[in-house]
Amino acid sequence: MRRERVPIVVVVLAAIGAAFFIVPLLGLIVRSPWRDAITALTAPETVEALKLSLLASLSATALGLALGVPLAWIYARVEFPGRDLLRALTTLPMVLPPVVGGIALLLAFGRRGLLGSWLDTTFGITLPFTTAGVVMAETFVAMPFLILTVEAGLRSMDRRYEEAARTLGASRWRVFTRVTLPLIGPSLFAGAVLSWARALGEFGATITFAGNFPGVTQTMPLAVYLLLETNQQASYILSLVLLLISLVVLVGLRHRWLGWA
Amino acid sequence: MSLDASISLTLGPLDLEMEFTIGEGEVVALLGPNGAGKTTLLRAIAGLVPFRSGQVRLDGRVLEDTATNAYVPTELRPIGFVFQDYLLFPHLSVLDNVAFGLRSRGTPRGAAADKAVQWLDRVGLASYIRAKPAELSGGQRQRVALVRALAPDPRLLLLDEPLAALDVTTRAEVRRDLKHHLDSFQGIRLVVTHDPLEAVALADRLIVMEKGHLVQTGTPAEVTERPRSQYVADLVGVNLLRGEADHGTVRIGGGPALAAVGAESGEVFAVIHPRAVAIYRRRPEGSPRNVWPGRASNIELMGNRVRVRIDGEVPLVAEVTPSALKELDLVEGGEVWVSFKATDVAVYPA
Amino acid sequence: MRSRITLFIVGAAFLAACGGSGSNASTSPSATPLSGTISVLAAASLTASFNALGASFQTANPGVTVKFNYAGTPTLVTQIEQGAPADVFASADTTNMDKLTADGFTTGSSKVFAHNQLEIVVAPGNPKGITGLYDLAKPGVIYISEAATVPAGKYSLQALASANVKVTPKSLETSVNAVIGKIELGEADAGIVYTTDVIAAGSKVQGVQIAAANNVIATYPIVAVKGTASSVVANAFIAYVLSNQGQSRLATFGFLPAA
Repeated sequence: MRRERVPIVVVVLAAIGAAFFIVPLLGLIVRSPWRDAITALTAPETVEALKLSLLASLSATALGLALGVPLAWIYARVEFPGRDLLRALTTLPMVLPPVVGGIALLLAFGRRGLLGSWLDTTFGITLPFTTAGVVMAETFVAMPFLILTVEAGLRSMDRRYEEAARTLGASRWRVFTRVTLPLIGPSLFAGAVLSWARALGEFGATITFAGNFPGVTQTMPLAVYLLLETNQQASYILSLVLLLISLVVLVGLRHRWLGWA
Repeated sequence: MSLDASISLTLGPLDLEMEFTIGEGEVVALLGPNGAGKTTLLRAIAGLVPFRSGQVRLDGRVLEDTATNAYVPTELRPIGFVFQDYLLFPHLSVLDNVAFGLRSRGTPRGAAADKAVQWLDRVGLASYIRAKPAELSGGQRQRVALVRALAPDPRLLLLDEPLAALDVTTRAEVRRDLKHHLDSFQGIRLVVTHDPLEAVALADRLIVMEKGHLVQTGTPAEVTERPRSQYVADLVGVNLLRGEADHGTVRIGGGPALAAVGAESGEVFAVIHPRAVAIYRRRPEGSPRNVWPGRASNIELMGNRVRVRIDGEVPLVAEVTPSALKELDLVEGGEVWVSFKATDVAVYPA
Repeated sequence: MRSRITLFIVGAAFLAACGGSGSNASTSPSATPLSGTISVLAAASLTASFNALGASFQTANPGVTVKFNYAGTPTLVTQIEQGAPADVFASADTTNMDKLTADGFTTGSSKVFAHNQLEIVVAPGNPKGITGLYDLAKPGVIYISEAATVPAGKYSLQALASANVKVTPKSLETSVNAVIGKIELGEADAGIVYTTDVIAAGSKVQGVQIAAANNVIATYPIVAVKGTASSVVANAFIAYVLSNQGQSRLATFGFLPAA
């Protein structure tokens, strides 16, 4: 089979582009103190940060699914005035600087926030400085990914399958759970994984809204940031862990991701 | 025990207005050209398409009535629908597909599975219960779609072009099977098709539909012997003219008058079979009362016959043998005379 | 190593391009006018005061531009060691300054230019009625602190320890400014910052004094960063900070004198 010659300009630019991503990764791998890796990874602060990160990111993903799938469904299936505006607003966190997101969350759910003050005076509930606050911050930045992916899946599925199910006597809920969800399974999965990865790496909104305390609100990214000032070598190892997780996610999803894009 | 439907709706360019009744145990074929609105009508009966006005009653029970705003959702209607593309759920096994309707209506898992296996056995697919739809052939999928719709014991079975997705060779065999299964079903059966062969083979009665309106209804024999629209006439392959009868003649569109036996009075259809039309190069002399000039606009060889379309005051299609054509030395555009006997003109009220 | 050299060259070229004619090796600053741009990395608690000092310095030396970067002291140390362009470093404690010096990033010896004291910061009106360190442990009080690596955070722990108060902060912020920010927003009830921070925040916060016996004196050294291309301007600025003018200016912000 004859291979088409690739123009040299394309090769050069592509190589530079690739290097832009590969070199930092190499830097991290090369500079990481592999001998001290085990100590760094098993240190109590690290383990605590990792546990918290996993707990918070998985919770954020679950919350994102619970709230995001209905939103995606409305965007894909229901026509109503202002739909495009609403969709833009719920997708905003994707392009918003995370710190800005954190500030917005404070103004809404902080002790003096719009909703937060009511929560505080009525129930005595404060969200900043709590793990719940971390989950909220992560959900805020990660859910848009899920919404977009699921909406795309719903739009592209053949809706006649839903009609077929109805003719067979399935209630709307049954149609949704037995036909719609399985048919958009790949999009749902991709959306959940993307949003989980985003939640895992979230920093700006977390530190602004939820604060930073080991075991409660100090997630991996925050731990890495602080470690950079005290124990740089350990911060490299932890960075590598986060980087590898993200790499695994992306490689595993490459078909879904490319298919969606 | 019947289906009574009177439906008025507009969907895009289609303006549909239909009213009909299908009795207990009837197999009716809804026949018409593409775009006539047959599938839309079927979906409206199923409750999948809203209509402007009208009502649908099944066994006396109102399924939908715009006058009283009554609407029974699709999932609560005792219907079975076989879709043109079958729409078997790709993520479920054949067994789960067939059991779906039973499970949706509350049958416990075990009982539903048993019933599904029984049905699949009846159509010879018992060994495919674990397979996914993608692994089956077109004909097999059609059978699964059919038993999936039948398993919940519907009162009304709606089939949308059930054989359209099959290739020609499979179609004949599947048609025989389908007829066999349809015959053993007790309820009302409504089949949509654009294929007259299919309609005639499967149905007791035809409803012919064109551009959203009912054109003709009757048994296959009635419809084919007495077509009431150009569409049916084309399907059957006869010449159809319409005019005013007057004691032995039929005046076509206010112009030429055909001599026809049995034409007394009133608005009538006149049918002449192409075989009965003779072609001459010069005006013939003889007993036929109907002699007309014209121009051969299209000559088509069909096997061992030739169909010649003749334009003129009385537009007709004539059927001759290839050797006759050769003898006439006729080409497209050539001037001809046609003649047919008055006794060869079948006349019936319009 | 190579990356640091590259960054240094880029940084130097950038500064040279911005600064124009660069440094003059003159011993009397008043004789030849100074020109150039310097980058000053200063502890967060120096924000208001150094902004004022920078403005005066630039007014007196029209050819000079001073750019400031404020953050928690350890953050600045990391940035300098990673190659951020910097000419002057002002630290909130000697520990961080010693680290930078030991790692070889300083030129000349650092000089102490100010001292500071700790003060409790609360919302205006002191709604939770904090009167001293003991009240920080009161139930219902949300207390936040700087991380232990930040000088203020380290000093807070010392102060609390000396008063025998056991309280767990709800969050460990990266700088005094972050703590003040959360008090201003009303997210936290109390924190420990410097007296100068309370003064700088004005009416947005209120201060509660810490007894002298428990208070900690913070020492602020300043130094020129190694490899700076504008060493004359950098040293001129440092001299200004240490001069009578600079010192009295710092005093107006609440800093204690260097000596």
